[in-house]
Amino acid sequence: MAKVIVMTSGKGGVGKTTSSAAISSGLALSGHKTAVIDFDIGLRNLDLVMNCERRVVYDFVNVINGEATLRQALIKDKRCENLYILPASQTRDKDALTKDGVERVLKELAADGFEYIICDSPAGIEHGAFMALYFADEAIVVANPEVSSVRDSDRILGILQSKSKKAEQGERVKEHLLLTRYNPERVEKGEMLAVGDVEEILATKLLGVIPECSSVLKASNQGVPVIHDEESRAGQAYSDAVKRMLGEEVDHRFLTPDHKGLFQRLFRRSA
Amino acid sequence: MSFLDYFSHNKSQAASIAKERLQIIVAHERSRRDQPEYLEALQKDIMAVVRKYVDIDTDSIEVQLERNGDYAVLELNVMLPD
Repeated sequence: MAKVIVMTSGKGGVGKTTSSAAISSGLALSGHKTAVIDFDIGLRNLDLVMNCERRVVYDFVNVINGEATLRQALIKDKRCENLYILPASQTRDKDALTKDGVERVLKELAADGFEYIICDSPAGIEHGAFMALYFADEAIVVANPEVSSVRDSDRILGILQSKSKKAEQGERVKEHLLLTRYNPERVEKGEMLAVGDVEEILATKLLGVIPECSSVLKASNQGVPVIHDEESRAGQAYSDAVKRMLGEEVDHRFLTPDHKGLFQRLFRRSA
Repeated sequence: MSFLDYFSHNKSQAASIAKERLQIIVAHERSRRDQPEYLEALQKDIMAVVRKYVDIDTDSIEVQLERNGDYAVLELNVMLPD
């Protein structure tokens, strides 16, 4: 049975697409057949982050409209054996996504043996975001430790538990919190919300904390999901999150600053 | 940041202010979320009626629905000017 997971946030620019790319790659690397769908119709970017932008022929809307088969539209990832990308269309209007159409594609993926279907939601709470979350079994709410992002996350959690298909059936969508761009140095100085604060405000189970890390920009520049950068803190934090999704108990890392001596800090500032 | 700041232990208040503000707004928005959608329209209508007699502003009226087991209480608070 395929598990449909929406990557959502409300607010834009918090790391949904980066996280979709990293987590779907991680699931595939763990041997699970995974599809990742870009729901951001008109503003697709998952293809770019996953370095398959020049291989897009057909897209999600083509499949919904019957202009291409799912098999024709799915792009096989070059790095992971079990990973397929379904790109968003670039030109059509966003109302091209219909409940029936989306459901048909999800069912076909499930019938095709996909174990995980990651739905990369657009920002906002409009039609595209609603379509991305409607069929979700689980939701990964991506947030930054920052007021507007946390508030929007709470709004999205409310929508998940009232407007999704599961909610309509009287069930709950399983929620996970993924805190990105976390800066332990600033948290220690009292300048940034701590992970515990965000957990407390949102009352949602923590899936992972991704530290602010130069490797994330480097990864998107190159089109290599950051989870492949095994040396980087962000890559390792995403790997841990994937393990937790698969049921492993893994301690959270990178929550405290690396304490450097005074001379090292002075040296680093002048460097 | 000046050199001397390395030796001071004054922690910034920024995060705790953020937390406090978030807790208030999130609690407020959650209480509204659980209410039926007609409540806002009802509030507007009630306000229009009250305004026919007294000059009040939007903040002076509060409509809340509280559920207690198998019954619900509609609470209406109108703050009249002196």
